[in-house]
Amino acid sequence: MLDCRNVSVSYDGKTVVEDVSFALAPGDCLRIVGENGSGKSTLMKGLLGLLPLSGGGTVFCVGRNEVGYLPQQTPARGDFPANVREVVLSGRLNRRGFSPFCTRRDRASADENMERLGIASLAGKPYRALSGGQQRRVLLARALCAAGTLLMLDEPSAGLDPLAVSQVDVLLEKLNQEGMTLVVISHDLKSAAHSGGKVLHMRKKALFFGSAEDYAETALYRRMTAPEGGCGF
Amino acid sequence: MIELFAELFSHAFVIRALVVGALVALCAALLGVTLVLKRCSMIGDGLSHVGFGALALAMSLRLTPLEVSLPVVLLAAFLLLRVSESSKIRGDAAIALISSSSLAVGVVALSMTTGMNADVCNYMFGSILTMTKSDVALSVAVAVAVLTLYLLFYSRIFAVTFDEDFARATGVQAGRYNTLVALLTAMVIVVGMRMMGAMLISSLIIFPALTAMRVFSSFRGVTLCAAVLSVACFFVGVTLSFALSTPTGASVVLVNLAAFCLFSLVGLLWKR
Repeated sequence: MLDCRNVSVSYDGKTVVEDVSFALAPGDCLRIVGENGSGKSTLMKGLLGLLPLSGGGTVFCVGRNEVGYLPQQTPARGDFPANVREVVLSGRLNRRGFSPFCTRRDRASADENMERLGIASLAGKPYRALSGGQQRRVLLARALCAAGTLLMLDEPSAGLDPLAVSQVDVLLEKLNQEGMTLVVISHDLKSAAHSGGKVLHMRKKALFFGSAEDYAETALYRRMTAPEGGCGF
Repeated sequence: MIELFAELFSHAFVIRALVVGALVALCAALLGVTLVLKRCSMIGDGLSHVGFGALALAMSLRLTPLEVSLPVVLLAAFLLLRVSESSKIRGDAAIALISSSSLAVGVVALSMTTGMNADVCNYMFGSILTMTKSDVALSVAVAVAVLTLYLLFYSRIFAVTFDEDFARATGVQAGRYNTLVALLTAMVIVVGMRMMGAMLISSLIIFPALTAMRVFSSFRGVTLCAAVLSVACFFVGVTLSFALSTPTGASVVLVNLAAFCLFSLVGLLWKR
């Protein structure tokens, strides 16, 4: 499904990801955790072919028409004219082959995924007029439209309110049970350790890769999640 | 009014100019939506300067202007895109460098040979008197190419314009579409340069998209509105230039400016 060997990625001459190797089978759920700047997003971009790999690493991945991707930041500039339906429909492009026009199935898939994320009522609204959390859900719906068997999400719950976060979690779990392979970047170490899937802990290199149960036992996890002294916000 | 139109359409050169101009205005508006939204609208401006440099060189060397400028501008479009992607020199700075350099080359070449004659002025600020039958043929060919490719690749052009990373991650060859848009822009600029003038042609690319964005908020709405608006402004501009004996290119630009102001006002009132 996804097999990466000795992957390194450099950015402006600096090595941000160094010698990361792991493999996923179909239906796996991998959570990539680590501090800010530890190379999580860069690794994901390297896996997707958005950044060139350095130092002879290789990535074997399913076809591009099977992959859905949610970028970390909202892509377009503030005043880009596009409505929600146009953005979500653009996720169906990789399924369409060379046909220039969208089919009824494309529209049905867009409608279904907007429904799943609770944004069906926003379909005709301009994307630029939405709140950050709503935009996030639109991009997530677009990623779901594009995903056949593999879904790569860079912090799917960033900017969402607690209710939306739990809705997205439930949705992802359901997709995973249906056989979708997930790669999710997350800041939430605790839920990663109790997710039941696999965990990759990054700090430029891969500090840990294995099952979530094993991860919860590591000194690394205990140190990162230990309650700190002080006034504890 | 009717007499004015009757007189307007009685001249073969006016009809030629209207056909070429309407097609160029339509294509420029479509490409302009993508260029403006990708923050590449200066590519249009840069290319028109390169076009002028190439024209000036061709005239000094007594070659056919169009045959020289088309390949040169196509090459420049390709280079500009590469330079702005490589990010060593910032895109806008690279465009400014290339456009002022080619303008300088053109001016020096002219001063050493023909000097700033009426022909040169026509190319700088446009003239509808210079349209020949081969110009009409070339512009129809370019327009058909642009319209066909734009329709065929409309969704992909939207995807690449909106979010290049996502498009690439899901298998759209974003680089190809960027090159396609740049090359088509180069062709439209070369064809439109004779009528609108090298100094004014980039306004045909930038104005319609910006104007449409004042009122419309979907990509399709903006694209359609820009296309219709661009052609309409062109016709109004040509008619006015004929009635008032003002230069065609400049008149079209001023009508576009008026439309922009009007749409800005409508947009402001609409949002209240």
